[in-house]
Amino acid sequence: MTEKVKVKHLTKIFGKQISQAKELLKQGKNKEEILAQTGCTVGVSDANFSINEGEIFVVMGLSGSGKSTLIRMINRLINSTDGDVEVDGQSVMDLDKEGLRKLRQDKFGMVFQNFALFPHLTVLQNAEYGLALKKVDQETQEKKAKDALNLVGLNGYDQQYPDQLSGGMQQRVGLARAIANDAEILLMDEAFSALDPLYRKEMQDLLLQIQEKMHKTVIFIGHDLNEALKLGDRIMIMRDGVVQQIGDPEDILTHPANDYVERFIEGVDRTQVLTASSVMAKAQVVNIAKAGPRVALRRMRENDISSIYVVDNENRFVGFADAHDVSDLIKKNSKDLRSVLNTDVPKTHADTPINDLINDISKTPIPYIVVDDDDHLLGIILRGTVLAAISGEEVSA
Amino acid sequence: MKGIGALPLADWINAGVDWLSKFTGFFNSITAFFQAIIDAIQWVFDLLPEWLFIIVILALTYWVKKDQKKLGFMIFEVLGLLLIWNLGYWRDMTQTLTLVLSSSLIAIIIGIPLGIWMAKSNKAEVVIKPILDFMQTLPAFVYLIPAVAFFGIGMVPGVLASVIFAMPPTVRMTSLGIRQVPEGLIEAADSFGSTSWQKLIGLQLPMAKTTIMSGVNQTMMLGLSMVVIASMIGALGLGTQVYFAVGRNDAGAGFAAGIAVVIVAIILDRITQSFNQTYR
Ligand SMILES: Nc1ncnc2c1ncn2[C@@H]1O[C@H](COP(=O)(O)OP(=O)(O)O)[C@@H](O)[C@H]1O
Ligand SMILES: [Mg+2]
Repeated sequence: MTEKVKVKHLTKIFGKQISQAKELLKQGKNKEEILAQTGCTVGVSDANFSINEGEIFVVMGLSGSGKSTLIRMINRLINSTDGDVEVDGQSVMDLDKEGLRKLRQDKFGMVFQNFALFPHLTVLQNAEYGLALKKVDQETQEKKAKDALNLVGLNGYDQQYPDQLSGGMQQRVGLARAIANDAEILLMDEAFSALDPLYRKEMQDLLLQIQEKMHKTVIFIGHDLNEALKLGDRIMIMRDGVVQQIGDPEDILTHPANDYVERFIEGVDRTQVLTASSVMAKAQVVNIAKAGPRVALRRMRENDISSIYVVDNENRFVGFADAHDVSDLIKKNSKDLRSVLNTDVPKTHADTPINDLINDISKTPIPYIVVDDDDHLLGIILRGTVLAAISGEEVSA
Repeated sequence: MKGIGALPLADWINAGVDWLSKFTGFFNSITAFFQAIIDAIQWVFDLLPEWLFIIVILALTYWVKKDQKKLGFMIFEVLGLLLIWNLGYWRDMTQTLTLVLSSSLIAIIIGIPLGIWMAKSNKAEVVIKPILDFMQTLPAFVYLIPAVAFFGIGMVPGVLASVIFAMPPTVRMTSLGIRQVPEGLIEAADSFGSTSWQKLIGLQLPMAKTTIMSGVNQTMMLGLSMVVIASMIGALGLGTQVYFAVGRNDAGAGFAAGIAVVIVAIILDRITQSFNQTYR
C-alpha cells in the first residue's frame, strides 16, 4: 500500500492571537477554553494520519468539528497554522505559489457541497474547466470531459447550463469536473449532503462504481454515518478539531475508541457494515476422525443443544447431525456418524455483509454456517445474535 | 471664524492649476488622443445618410434585444429619429452622440480596470471610493474651468468633463460585480489551480457582466446629462441648441431641442439596458 497523503501535526487556529492560542493548545486546553481565553477558534488540532493510494477515506464529525478546514489544508486552500501535509512525499507547505497551482492542477479534483458549478458555462465547459486551465488542446479537453460526463451518466446534457439541471445532476457535473481533470486525489467536502435521500443513494452508488474502475484516492467528508460506513474503506471521526478514532467501518462499530465515538455510532444502520464474521457465534463441533455417535450425543447433552456440527481433522465442515438421528444410530449400534450427516446446510463466507443475509437468516430453520476461503468452519449465525448486533449490543463471540 | 479669515483654498487651487499648465506637451497629447476618438466617431456618423442610420439603430436594437419584446420600441425609434430629422437637429444629434459615446468609451477604458483594481485590493478601495464620491458630487460646472484651462474650448474639454463626471458608476459597478461573485466559485477555481488572470477573465468578469453593464448604462446617461453643460465651453450638439434657445429666451426652440435630447436618451438607455439581461 502506497501512502498518498500524509498529514503531520496539522493544526489550524483562526483568529488574531495565534501564538497565545497555540501555547494553550500545547498545554492541553480544549477548543472552548481557548476560545474563551483568546477569542481564537481552533479549527483542527494536531491531526496525524495517512491516506493510502486508492482508498476512500471518510472524515466524519458534527458540523463545526473541523472537517472542511482539514480538507482545505490538504490542498492548501487554507494555510495551516502548524504542521504539514505531504502529497506523494512532496510537502505542500514548502511549495511556492506556482508550485502549489501545479500541484492542484495535476493531483487534485474537488467536489463541493453546494456544487460550485460555474453558472455562465455549459455542462461541457464546466467539465472541461480543469483541463482548460492546464491549456490542454481543445480536442483532448472535449474528449476527456465527455468521457467523464458519460461516466457519471450525463451524456446528452453537454450544452445545458447548470441551473437547468436538478441538484443530483448538478453534482454529477461537479464529479465529472473533478474526474475529467485526471485528478489522482478527489477531495469531496460533504459532496452529497445537500441532496435528497434518493439522489444521495444514487450518487453513493455512482461513486463506488467509479471507484471500482478508476481507483482514485478519495477523501470524503460527511456527517451521515451510514454514508460513511457504506463508502469508507477507513473512517476518521473528529470532534472539536480533534481526531477521535481512525479505523475501518467494522472496527469503529465493534471497537469504538471512546464514549464520544460510541454515542456517535448509536442508531446507525449496521447491516451494511457488519459481516457474517462479526455476528457469528461459536459452533459446537465434533471431529469426525476422533468422535463417534456417543461422543457427539454427550456433547449435545452437555451443551443442551439438539444438533451438532461435524468437522474433519482440519476443521473443515463435513456435515450437521441431529440428536434424534444420532441416538437412533446408537440404538442400531452403528459407529458411522457419516450415515446420518445432513450436508444441506446454508453456508456463507466470513466477509459477507449481513445486509445480504438478513432476509435468508430469518427464513431458514437451520442456522447459517460461516466459513473462510478454505472452507474452514468459523462459526454459525444465530438469529438472536444478528438482531443484537444490528441494534448495537455487544456481541459475545 | 472671523478672526482667522477665509482659508485661501481658491488661491491654492489656482496655483495648482497654474503649475499643471506648465505640462502643455502632456495635455496636448491627451487632447490629440481625445480628438482622434471624437473625429473617428463623428466621421462615421457623417458618412451615414439619415435613413441608413435609422436602419442601423433598428438592426442594433433587434440584435441586442434577442427574444425580448421590441416591436413597440422599434416603432418609437423610427418616429423619434424622423422627428429629430424633421426638426433639423440631425447633425446636432450626431454630435451629441459623439460626445456621449466618446466620453463613455474613455470612461469604460479607464473605469473598468480601475474597478477591477478596486475589487481586488482593499487598500485601493479605501483610496478610490472617496475620490469617486468627490467626482460625482462636485457640481459638474466646476470641471469646466480647469478643463478649459488645460484643453481650451471645444469638444475635447467637453468630453473630458463628461468622462470625469460620468465615470464613477462604471468603476463602482465593476468593483461591485466582481466582489459579488460567490466565494464558493472563487474557491472552486482556486482548487483547480487557476491563476488570478484566469479567474478574472474566465469567472469574475463574465459573472460581473450584467452589473458592469448597468454601470456603463448609468455612465452613458450621466454623459448625456452633461451635454448642455458641455455646450457652454463649446462642445457642439443638441446642448448648444438648448443653450442658445435659453440665451434668446426662445422657449419653443429650447423645448424642441430638449425633446430631441430625451429621445436620444431613451434610445441609448433601452439599448444598453438590454445588454444586462443574463450572464450567459
Ligand atoms: N474563516 C474562519 N474564520 C474563523 N473561524 C472559522 C473559519 N472557518 C472555520 N472556522 C471555525 O472552525 C471550526 C471548524 O469549521 P469547519 O472546518 O468549517 O467545520 P465542519 O466543516 O466540520 O463543519 C468551526 O468552529 C468554525 O466556526
Ligand atoms: Mg464543512
